Formats: sequence, C-alpha cells, structure tokens
Amino acid sequence: MLKVDAHDKEKLIDPLFAKPGKGFIITVGVLLLIIAFGAFMYIRQFLFGLGETNMSRPTYWATYIVNFVFFIGISHAGTLISAILRVTGAEWRRPITRVAEAITVFALAIGMTQILIDLGRPDRLLFPIIYGRLQSPIIWDFISVTVYFLGSVTYLFLPLMPDLAIIRDNMPETAMAWQKKLYTILSLGWRGTREQWIRLEKGIAFMAVFIIPVAVSVHSIISWILASTLQPGWHSTIFGPYFVVGAIFSGIGALFIAMTGIRKAYGLEGYIAQKQYRNLGLLFITMNAIWFYFTFAENLGIATGQQVYEFPVLAAKLWGSFAIPFWTMVGIMAIAFWILVIPLITPKSAERVAIFHPRFALGSIGGAALMIALMFALPVMPIRAGLNIFAAQTVIWTLLILEVVIILLGTTLWLKAHPVAATAIAAVLVVIGMWLERWNIVVGTTTHAMLIPYATYIPSLTEIAVTAASLSMFILMFMLFFKVFPSISIWEVAEGRRVQEHAARSAPKTAKASEAH
Amino acid sequence: MARWAMVIDLDKCVACQGCSIACRFENNTPAVTPEDAKMGRAMRWNDVFPLPVNPTEDTGEYPNVKSEYVPRPCMHCENPPCIKVCPVGATFKNEEGIVEQNYARCIGCRFCTVGCPYGVRYFNWHKPDWNPEIAAHLNPDKVVGSGVLEGPAVRPQGVVEKCTFCIHRLHKARERAVVEGRDFRPDEYVPACVQTCTGKARFFGDLDDPNSTVTKFEKSNRSFRLLEDEGTHPKVIYLRQG
Repeated sequence: MLKVDAHDKEKLIDPLFAKPGKGFIITVGVLLLIIAFGAFMYIRQFLFGLGETNMSRPTYWATYIVNFVFFIGISHAGTLISAILRVTGAEWRRPITRVAEAITVFALAIGMTQILIDLGRPDRLLFPIIYGRLQSPIIWDFISVTVYFLGSVTYLFLPLMPDLAIIRDNMPETAMAWQKKLYTILSLGWRGTREQWIRLEKGIAFMAVFIIPVAVSVHSIISWILASTLQPGWHSTIFGPYFVVGAIFSGIGALFIAMTGIRKAYGLEGYIAQKQYRNLGLLFITMNAIWFYFTFAENLGIATGQQVYEFPVLAAKLWGSFAIPFWTMVGIMAIAFWILVIPLITPKSAERVAIFHPRFALGSIGGAALMIALMFALPVMPIRAGLNIFAAQTVIWTLLILEVVIILLGTTLWLKAHPVAATAIAAVLVVIGMWLERWNIVVGTTTHAMLIPYATYIPSLTEIAVTAASLSMFILMFMLFFKVFPSISIWEVAEGRRVQEHAARSAPKTAKASEAH
Repeated sequence: MARWAMVIDLDKCVACQGCSIACRFENNTPAVTPEDAKMGRAMRWNDVFPLPVNPTEDTGEYPNVKSEYVPRPCMHCENPPCIKVCPVGATFKNEEGIVEQNYARCIGCRFCTVGCPYGVRYFNWHKPDWNPEIAAHLNPDKVVGSGVLEGPAVRPQGVVEKCTFCIHRLHKARERAVVEGRDFRPDEYVPACVQTCTGKARFFGDLDDPNSTVTKFEKSNRSFRLLEDEGTHPKVIYLRQG
C-alpha cells in the first residue's frame, strides 16, 4: 500500500474519478464534430485521389507537409526539454515533465498521420519497410521518428508507473470497475520496493540521455528531406540546426499553452507556479533570439547571392506572394519576444512614466486603424494617388511601426502584473509563427521551382478540414489522456519536497536564499 | 552495354509539339480536365516551353524580348536526384542509363517530383480518364512482371509517372532480334518523339559508341545541357541555336 500526501490526493487523484464537467463534455463534442468532418473529407480524398487538394505541379508538397513538420516540431516540447532538464538536475522541472512528455507522444502520432494523409497510395504504406532504399531521407525519417516515438512512449510510461500504483492504492470508493482494472494492470505490480526504485531510476536516467540525440536527429532529418534536394531555398547546410532550434522553440510554446490549460482546468496553481513560467520563459527567450539569428543568416546568403533560381524565392517572401505570411511571422515573433523581455527589464517605477499608461496605447490603436484604413481600405482616388509617393509610404509605415511600439509599451505594466497570461499569449503567437515559418519554407519553395512556371497555392477545403481535424485530434488526445492519468508526476513532486527539506536541514542559509527567489 | 542518349538540335526545332502528341499516344498519358490543366496538373512527359520559363531581368520587355523554345523529355541524368530520394526504389537507373519508373511500387509520396530540378515527373492526382474513342485505342504495350508495371501501362491513381525513353520499344526491339536469331543493333530502337520529329531535330543513340551520331554531336561546340551546374549530368543534349 503506497501512501500519498492528502493535498496531492485531493488535487491530482480525485479529479480523475470526478464526473466530467459540462465544459469538458462540450469541448469534446465540438472536437469530435471537427474530427468527423475532417475524416469525411479525408475519405473523399482517399477515394477520388489527391486531386481533391489544391496541390499541383510544381506545388507537389503543401499543407500536409507543413503540418507534418509543424507537429513533429511541437513534439520536441516534451521529451527533449524534460530529458535535458532531468539530466541537468533542474529541480523546477518536476511539475511540468508529464505534460511535456504527453505532448511529444501525441504530436508525433498526429505528425506521422500527416505523411499517411499526404501519400498518393496509402495502401502501400508498408513498402518502405519491405523495399526501403537507405539512401532516401524518408527512410532515415521513418527510422528516427519510429525510434523517437517508441522512446517517448517508454519515457512517458516509466515515470508514470509509480503514479499509477499510487492511484491504484488510493482510489476513491466510487471508482468504477474498469478504472480499478486499468490502474492495476498498467502499474505492472509496482510495490515501491528499494530494488524497484533503483531499477526505475536507472531506466529513466538511461532514457533521458538516450532520447536527446534521437530528438535532435528527428528534426535534423526532417530538414534534410528538404535540404537534400536541389530546390532553390532548401539546398542549405544551415537547415539542420535551424529546424532543431525552431522545433524546440515551437515545442516550448506548445508546452506553455498546454501547462497553462491544465493549470487552469485542474486548479494546479500550487504546483505549476511562477518559477516554472519564469525559468522556462528564459529558455523561450533564448530560443527566440537564436531563431531570429538563424532566419537572418539563412536568408542573408540568398539575398546577397542573388542567384537566378534562389533569389525569386526570397523575393516572394520579402515583397511578393509570400509577403503577408512572411512578415506576419517576423512581426509576431518580434512581438512575442517583446512580451517576454520588456516586462522583465521594465522597473516597477515605470508606472510613473506617461508613455506606459494604457490611454496612449488606446489612442495608438485608433491611429493605427486610421493608417491601415488610409492604405488599404479607402478607395478614394486622391488619397490613393498621394500615397503612391514613396515618401508618403515611408511616413505611413514609420508611423504605423511607432504606433505598434506605443501599443506594446502601454501593455507593459499589465504584462508585468500578469506573467502567466503574458507567457501564454507569447506562446500562442510563437506556435502560429512557427506554423507560418514552415509554410513559408515548404510552400515558398515548391511554388517557385526551377523550369516550371511559378504557381500560387491556396489550400482547398479538404486540406483545411483535415488540418483542423488533426489539431482537434491532438487536443482531444491530450484532454482524454489527462482525464485518465495524473497531469503532474505525483511521486516526483513529492520527491522534490523531500529534496528541498533535506537541503533546508543541511544548509538552512542557502535554502532561505533560494526560497526568496 | 549501351548508354542511351538524345540530342535535340534547337536550330531545327520548330516547336510544333509533334513530339508531345506522339509521346502522349505512345505512352497513354491521360488528358486532364480544363480546370486541372489550369491548376498546372496537365501531364506532358515531353513538354515544349519557352526558356527561361519565368521572366528574368535578362528576358527583356516586349517587343525587345529574348526567348527560345525547348522541348523537354526526361533528362535521364547520369546522377539522377530523383532516384536517390525515392524511399522504395520505385524509380531507378537501369544498367543502360535509362531512369525507369515502376507504377506498381510507387507509394505516391512525391519526393521525386520535388527532387527533380527539371520538373519532368508527373503525379496522377485523379484516376486517369479518356473519352471513349481514345480509350478504345490505347497503346496495348506495357512492361509487366511480378511487382512491376512500367512503360505505357495505364497508371493507377496516386502514382508518379515520367518519360522512359519509350522503354517498351527497347524491349520489343531486343525481343525481335532474339526471335530472328541475330544480334540487336542500337539503330533498331528510337523513342516515339524522335521518330515523329517534324524538323528531324532529334537524334537518339548510344553515348558509349564513339562513332554514334549522339556522341559526335555531344562533342560539338553548340552542345549544352539544361541546368548544367546542378551536377546531374543529363543524357539529353541540346544543340544551341544559331
């Protein structure tokens, strides 16, 4: 019989046996509807062919491949981050590792499904195993993603085992028969003996070290699928590290969204605290900076080289058909950086400075709306003609950027007072930005192939429905998983408390100093 | 062993697209709906298009333009980027240097279509469809075997197809030689586009034979290849205009 802290039992175990709330059921229902529609559209595509999408020649790869890269990127949230934090012994990781690892498993499952959806002959899915040609990056990908998936499932399950045993021994009386059976079977006879603990710790320690290179290889190989071709804009040596950084970056974003959701849904403010947000936030800021560096470095070479086939791809992003997704991506990444960094460096006394007052921000929103209306919405000819002057355009854009800065300044104090909400907003922006980044890289190049007329591509209803269904499926898997399994590693958090007590007893001074943080 | 190659003399090409039509009927390339064609899904194993394809700073503006038409079959590269990326070996270079495509193996991942810098590979977005008159007169030739479906054989939906230098014609010529009990001569085999070419602009033969027409043309000062800098070493050789 394993014991559990009374507060942990109330917060982490009892909700698993509570009846699902109204909000939960409605959300699940809506998600199921979206999934059903997506499945219907996929079946149509399966029967009538990939012509149901808007892909064409040369846009042979589009939305599905973007989703594939995106979801596999998200999967780096988890296992990689939790493994690195475990290996480096970061104590604050304890309450968030479970959420992170779950994201990995589900994102990988959805990501691999995208490839199946994108295949012209899904009935020949096993051919890569039977007839695999080792030279093809798709085979490398097949191997590394499979290893990563199996490794991640193991890595999710190992630390879950003691928790399942704890639940088995501390279930409320109202638990249903299937629940009793489930936890008994899955805990694999865990009794918490000394020998079992030693073996478990060994297993977790091995998996943590093993999974890091696998995770790095997964996204490197995905980048090499693109980089190993001769296509303009893809044939780049920087793609491996660029994609890995992007993957970790979007992964942290997804982790922030997921842990904020779980924290709110289950009221876990006592577990997932400011400390987790601040420390992971610092990693987030670092990744943001590295991502900007890579994006700049990648495009600089293309810009200065001005090669016949390469430069038009960049030109399309800078001022052509991909200008809107490209500058949206750059803009929201910059805003995400601002949201995370500025509250950290603004002193509390800033509230005495007028520019930080929200009324300036509100005024600027009006100003910015006016500028946008002047530029895009008003069809009045004299204004249009006046705006065609280069200087007028410059003035308008400068004012617009200035107003955005003032709006951001006006929100600084609010962001400083609400670090969790601020981080969640930044995380949503980053996740959208990273999807757009993959869009720009994949579709930007496939629409600008060599020796084929440049194409435009807008996803069809089929592709949009399948994408929405994939995202819904991801959220649904996540929700259902944490309705059955505890969202926070019970034993690891308890262990963390013991570690803290021990540290406090042996060195009272340093413990006080760390508590003050 | 032969190393099959094609020479296209751009001085003689009149861009009549006879090669495209001959290819279409020889290889049973399906026609697509006008909507699909507008999206860029038309299948032309042998395409004829202006070079440069997309206007650049060098093309100039009307009426001072510079442009030329090139017919474009598969390049049958010595170093094909498409076969290296195929995860199942559905596309491969045979010992005679022809890049083949096996419809029975292809999984439709379209990595080769993205990998090919020449855009010679086409995907079956829908089930192929002909009007009844043409459907009754499809070319019956095909290369079949266990797990093999190549050449003009009607392609299933969802696979990639491409120019094969009319590989079935090579098979037929070889078999005829065997039946007649004599050695196969390289001049017994030409693809349909070479046979039909109105301006006699196309030549076909063995690059390993120092006396063949294609070898002689390859040494010409006029010879060039498409995207020569990419390191693919195409076996379709063009002779420059003028």
